[in-house]
Amino acid sequence: MQSEKIIEMEGICKSFPGVKALSNVDFALRKGEIHALMGENGAGKSTLIKVITGVYEKDAGRIVIDEKPIHFKSPQEAQNSGIGTVYQEITLCPNLTVAENMFIGRGRNAFVQWKEMNAKAAKLLSSLGIPASPTQELSSCSLAVQQMIAIARAVDMDCKVLILDEPTSSLDEDEVKKLFELMRELKARGVGIIFITHFIDQVYEISDRITVLRNGELIGEYAVSELPQIELIAKMMGKTLDDVTKIRKHEPVTSKASIPVFESKALSSAAGVRPFNFTIQKGEVNGFAGLLGSGRSESARAIFAADKVTGGEVKIKGKRVKIKTPLHAMKQGIGYLPEDRKGDGIIDELSVRDNIILALQVMKGFFKPFSRKQAECFSDEFIKSLKIKTPSVNTPISSLSGGNQQKVILARWLLTNPGYLILDEPTRGIDVGTKVEIQKLVIKLAEGGMSLTFISSEIDEMLRTCSRLIVMKDREIVGELAGMNVTEHDVMHAIAQGGER
Amino acid sequence: MGNQEAVKPKKRLSNSNLLFLIAGVIFVLMYVAAIFIYPESFLQFQTFFDLFNNNAPLIIMTLGLCIVMIGGGIDISIGSVCGLVTMVCAVLLESGIGSVLGAWSVLGAILLAIVTGLAFGLLHGYLVAYLKIQPFIITLAGLFLANGLMTTIHKDPINVNNVYFKSLMEPLKHPDLGTVNRHNVFIPFEIKQGVIIALVLVGLLVVLMKWTRFGRNVYAVGGNSQSALMLGINVKRTVFFTYVICGLTAGIAGFVWLLSTGGANVGNAAGFEIKAIASAIIGGTLLNGGVGNLLGSPIGVVTLGTINEVIRVADIPSNFQTIISGLMLYLFIVLQSIVMSLRSGRKFRIDLPPWLKPPWLRNRKKEESQEMKK
Repeated sequence: MQSEKIIEMEGICKSFPGVKALSNVDFALRKGEIHALMGENGAGKSTLIKVITGVYEKDAGRIVIDEKPIHFKSPQEAQNSGIGTVYQEITLCPNLTVAENMFIGRGRNAFVQWKEMNAKAAKLLSSLGIPASPTQELSSCSLAVQQMIAIARAVDMDCKVLILDEPTSSLDEDEVKKLFELMRELKARGVGIIFITHFIDQVYEISDRITVLRNGELIGEYAVSELPQIELIAKMMGKTLDDVTKIRKHEPVTSKASIPVFESKALSSAAGVRPFNFTIQKGEVNGFAGLLGSGRSESARAIFAADKVTGGEVKIKGKRVKIKTPLHAMKQGIGYLPEDRKGDGIIDELSVRDNIILALQVMKGFFKPFSRKQAECFSDEFIKSLKIKTPSVNTPISSLSGGNQQKVILARWLLTNPGYLILDEPTRGIDVGTKVEIQKLVIKLAEGGMSLTFISSEIDEMLRTCSRLIVMKDREIVGELAGMNVTEHDVMHAIAQGGER
Repeated sequence: MGNQEAVKPKKRLSNSNLLFLIAGVIFVLMYVAAIFIYPESFLQFQTFFDLFNNNAPLIIMTLGLCIVMIGGGIDISIGSVCGLVTMVCAVLLESGIGSVLGAWSVLGAILLAIVTGLAFGLLHGYLVAYLKIQPFIITLAGLFLANGLMTTIHKDPINVNNVYFKSLMEPLKHPDLGTVNRHNVFIPFEIKQGVIIALVLVGLLVVLMKWTRFGRNVYAVGGNSQSALMLGINVKRTVFFTYVICGLTAGIAGFVWLLSTGGANVGNAAGFEIKAIASAIIGGTLLNGGVGNLLGSPIGVVTLGTINEVIRVADIPSNFQTIISGLMLYLFIVLQSIVMSLRSGRKFRIDLPPWLKPPWLRNRKKEESQEMKK
């Protein structure tokens, strides 16, 4: 059965300063299909969506909708052409009624016809099977219902294409079920749905077709029935090994007698990671492996108390300690290089020097500032040893490249001389050369006696640097792999099997 | 697909209406209590009407402020703008132009009041909505500007003696209806013109906020401006007009002020922006925006007025008025936040900073977290 294509995209390219977000991507959506768009973070999923909906302008390529080439300049225009988008965060107004949320901003009438509007809303709600009353305030509905109301609004605007960007991330199982029912109903009406999610099981439950992206490139389009889970995971992660110098990883630290540098029992945090046990020995490099959203970062953040710790106990060098805030963790010799460099890590307006000494300054207390000379001495040392490319120590960090910014943050933590350093995606968005440098540095630091946890989306990087991998899926530890002979296949297998439980 | 049985939501008041209802109930309870304690004063209808007679300008000001607050903003210039308007109108009515214009001078004063208010509203609206500057700072600047202009135009108090204006000032009286006050003097029933203007404005603006596209857009923007934008609402224009309306009501309030006192001086309406904010909050408008009912503004104003009246009747020194108003405001805000957090399904807990927490509470917290683990 060859159904007609609603959207056809060919050779889409989009770059941002320094990054090629999409290169030569093709994508097609057919009438009445649910099409999952898969890929790890930075693969280009959201960029592709934003190109379709007119948030970004494409650099090259062609978009054809209903056999007409189009070029949207704003989300509004896309909406008017029948492309409805429902974002991960609910973009409705909680203080208005359900009916208002469905119709506000659409009519041209100066007056609100409450009766007529409520009647129309009631009809639409019941036709889609959404359990809400039109006169109810939106905030009194569950998140799932709110999500569905957002969809109902899109549907009522005669949409032919519905884009759902991670609609299930905040829903529980029942709510997901309801959402899927609604999606199937829309599919039966001939609406084409683009579905983005990190939950692989959900993709297999509802989708007809999968398009996989990686690093801004199209990996392929597959029918769901022809692509086993493990192959999907392999395609998302990519198996191409960078042909760079082989980094030698050392034997796992096995001396069981020694006291672990860090040990946690049933640690859990407000970010929703399931209680987990975790240990790391002196001089060990281990890592949390898993897909995005599997809880890798959340676990690291729980260790550093970057999210509110809700339970469990923590021992450092065998001694029980309480870590409630990142400052406690820092005082215990734990460093954390956050995943979101822009948001959590660098402070744009400050110079390289100030960014480097920041963590040490916090630990020393703000009322005992370092002298300028001292600070410059520290900075110079690390600029040299980490080969940070910067015109001077006084340059604002925002003018450095991504890789060099990352090195500055790394320097910040190394300056505090931590016993245990967590690196969350230290290599994301930086060039290959710097990636290798950072990996080498990790090994070197471990040889010097530091314990490190290294988290990366690129599994081969982790295999090269970590001697032990803790495998996570759906915010839970599902396995552990140690030794020299672990392969990517083993990791993927562990993830895929972890789900079947 | 079993949609039929699914739709059966509980009937629930919206947050706006709930807070308005609370404000109304508290006002009634307070008034009834006052009647029981001081019957000789509060049993007289005129006392009730005087609450409105004395507070008409404040009610009008609060209406505009409520609209700005529902839209998620704040306007602290309204007191000064109101005072400035009383001054410019009084100067106009008493000047040579006023006497040349004759009866038209009153119309001129009304126009002047509206234009002055609108000018401030347009300026603030433009700066806040289109240049995206913090409304607090912008309207603080407006407060200074209006205040400075007022003292520059005329320093000394003016009494308006313009005959046409005087005739308009006459309150509506009914010689046969009325009450006897505590000194056994018969006081005829009277309502000032300003109250009628205030009530008409209440009616108009309630309709504006409930039944027009603009009004609903204001609620949407106040609820979540980012979402409102995604829903296709012109957020900037909406915010802009909330300030324009607020400036306009401040101007009208200034005219009404002059209408009820017949004089202007530099202290007029000083500090009334604070009273208006307090009234708005007591009337159930949340500072965060998106929640509020315009009918709450008169209720908030008369609630504050009743407190002051009770204090006056009880012969408590007047500085206690401010203290008690302050305490009431604390009470209302805490009450509102309790109600709101209970509604959103959160359990209400009094959270104390750890160094303030008594030992028994510390233990309870630990138990809780252990339970959560299980």
